[in-house]
Amino acid sequence: MTATLTIAQAGPALTIQDLGRPGWRAQGLTKGGAADPIAVYEGAALLGQSPDLAMIEMIGTGGTFTADTDLRIALTGANMTAKIDGEAIVWNASHSLPAGAKLTLGGATSGTYGYLHIGGGIASDPLLGARATHLSAGLGAALQSGDTLPVGVDKGGDTGFKLPRDGRFDGGVVRVVTSMQTDRFALEERDRFANTPFTRDPRANRMGVRMDHDGAGFSAEGGLTILSEVIVPGDIQITGDGAPFVLMGESQTTGGYPRIGTVIPRDLPRVAQAPAGTKITFEFITLEQAIALETQHRRDIKALAGQMTALIRDPSTIRDLLSYQLISGAVSGHETFEKDS
Amino acid sequence: MTDFPKIQTVGLSGILVSFADTMSEPANRAALSFRAAIDGSDWVEVSETSTSLVSTFLQVDLVAVPVDAILTRLNDLLDSRDWYTADLPENRTLWHIPTVYGTDLAPQLEEAANLAGLDPDAAIKELSSARVRVLTIGFAPGQPYLGELPKNWDIPRQQGLTKSVPAGALIVAIRQLVLFTNASPTGWRHVGQTGFKTFRPSSETPFALSPGDELCFPAVPRAELEKIMAHDSTGMGGAETEVLA
Repeated sequence: MTATLTIAQAGPALTIQDLGRPGWRAQGLTKGGAADPIAVYEGAALLGQSPDLAMIEMIGTGGTFTADTDLRIALTGANMTAKIDGEAIVWNASHSLPAGAKLTLGGATSGTYGYLHIGGGIASDPLLGARATHLSAGLGAALQSGDTLPVGVDKGGDTGFKLPRDGRFDGGVVRVVTSMQTDRFALEERDRFANTPFTRDPRANRMGVRMDHDGAGFSAEGGLTILSEVIVPGDIQITGDGAPFVLMGESQTTGGYPRIGTVIPRDLPRVAQAPAGTKITFEFITLEQAIALETQHRRDIKALAGQMTALIRDPSTIRDLLSYQLISGAVSGHETFEKDS
Repeated sequence: MTDFPKIQTVGLSGILVSFADTMSEPANRAALSFRAAIDGSDWVEVSETSTSLVSTFLQVDLVAVPVDAILTRLNDLLDSRDWYTADLPENRTLWHIPTVYGTDLAPQLEEAANLAGLDPDAAIKELSSARVRVLTIGFAPGQPYLGELPKNWDIPRQQGLTKSVPAGALIVAIRQLVLFTNASPTGWRHVGQTGFKTFRPSSETPFALSPGDELCFPAVPRAELEKIMAHDSTGMGGAETEVLA
């Protein structure tokens, strides 16, 4: 029997996501996928499972969920109020959700995109090789109250671990490399862009995030007459009114507005997660600096499991005890071992 | 020494090879042919390729792949032939898609004909006998930009947006046609209507068209398109295909 998760009450913007659907750009379909991939890797680490499994992405607020089987869950991304049968539970952590218990996820208290991960993943039918909902392309649809979702087979593991939170929910400095049209902007215009404090506009979705600022709009030499060209996630296009618009994973594949730069991948979740009104500035860095930063980021993602700590420091935690009896230094104590599964 | 072809990095996502900064048939031909050559070379660093109107994009993980090595190979390939006069890729498809011009199904035919300096019958004759190429696909999944039409079709986009034209709409501006994937607002003029679905997500071939394919839009009476649509479950809208050798 397939385990199922039922959405008793759905917030307005819940979708099934994964790491996206690469390979279709030439056909006009962008990769899409979770707006905050860091949160995807955190959920995978907390549950000791593959980051390729699908989860529920929740914009601004969550919903109420019940399962017909005992499930393991993890909550990552934007901090939301969270309760199981009325008892508060910790965000950025893994928990067990007993069959029939009511999981209630409320409004975000920091950040924008929250994630509900399930042990075994959401096992909806893949479409074009992925489960990610791509609203602008019409692949999948927002989840509704009453929907029942199949859950994959969970290979099991402990719950009750948490990960430290980083600062990506509070805006701040977002690093940018030059892109193919940066030289269409005069040097003074680029300097002004890098020295302007922006606030995240309320107009934002999975396609892109608009930035507000005081003062004149930004403009390229030759204006808006450039030929439509490929878009990659993080591209900052300057639209007709002079406002920067950071393009996210679910944008169109090509666009005719000039791009002043491209947000580096590790800082794109910082743009996505910034709530409306949050302060953001952009800093140009060299390609070499960006490569070094991304290389380090990929190492950090791989090492996430080692960052986990038990929610309650209890000496009777079996997994912790076991770790003392294993080969020292080779494991963090949180991995799932082949002989266990 | 010209500025083109020009090689640039695109964020940390890949490399763009541009063949011009304005649309032209030779530059579009170069982009399509160069993409086919890259695809045929099976470079392990290139995970995906695509084309815009006059450029080829190579998805390359610039964090993991040293860019210098790939630039050398790209330059060697660029120098190996004149891409602007290259043969187009083989095994492209020629599509014949039945189209109703004008009527209330496509209400801007007369307006567009006027701008092209033609009466409506002459406009239908030109549009239905034109053979256009998929210059690029974008804006919506599977949605082709098609060209180029004769010079008199270099008509501007309209000032305001049409609130919505339906899926399968054939619209025109700047010597190009677009065949719409989904109902959408547009500044281009709606001159024809087809029953062709460019994006079929549940099908084994979800994207009907590929860049470089060629299309004709033969005129049919409204009753004939309605008859086709009454029995069409494929999304083809009565279209017929042949392989271009």
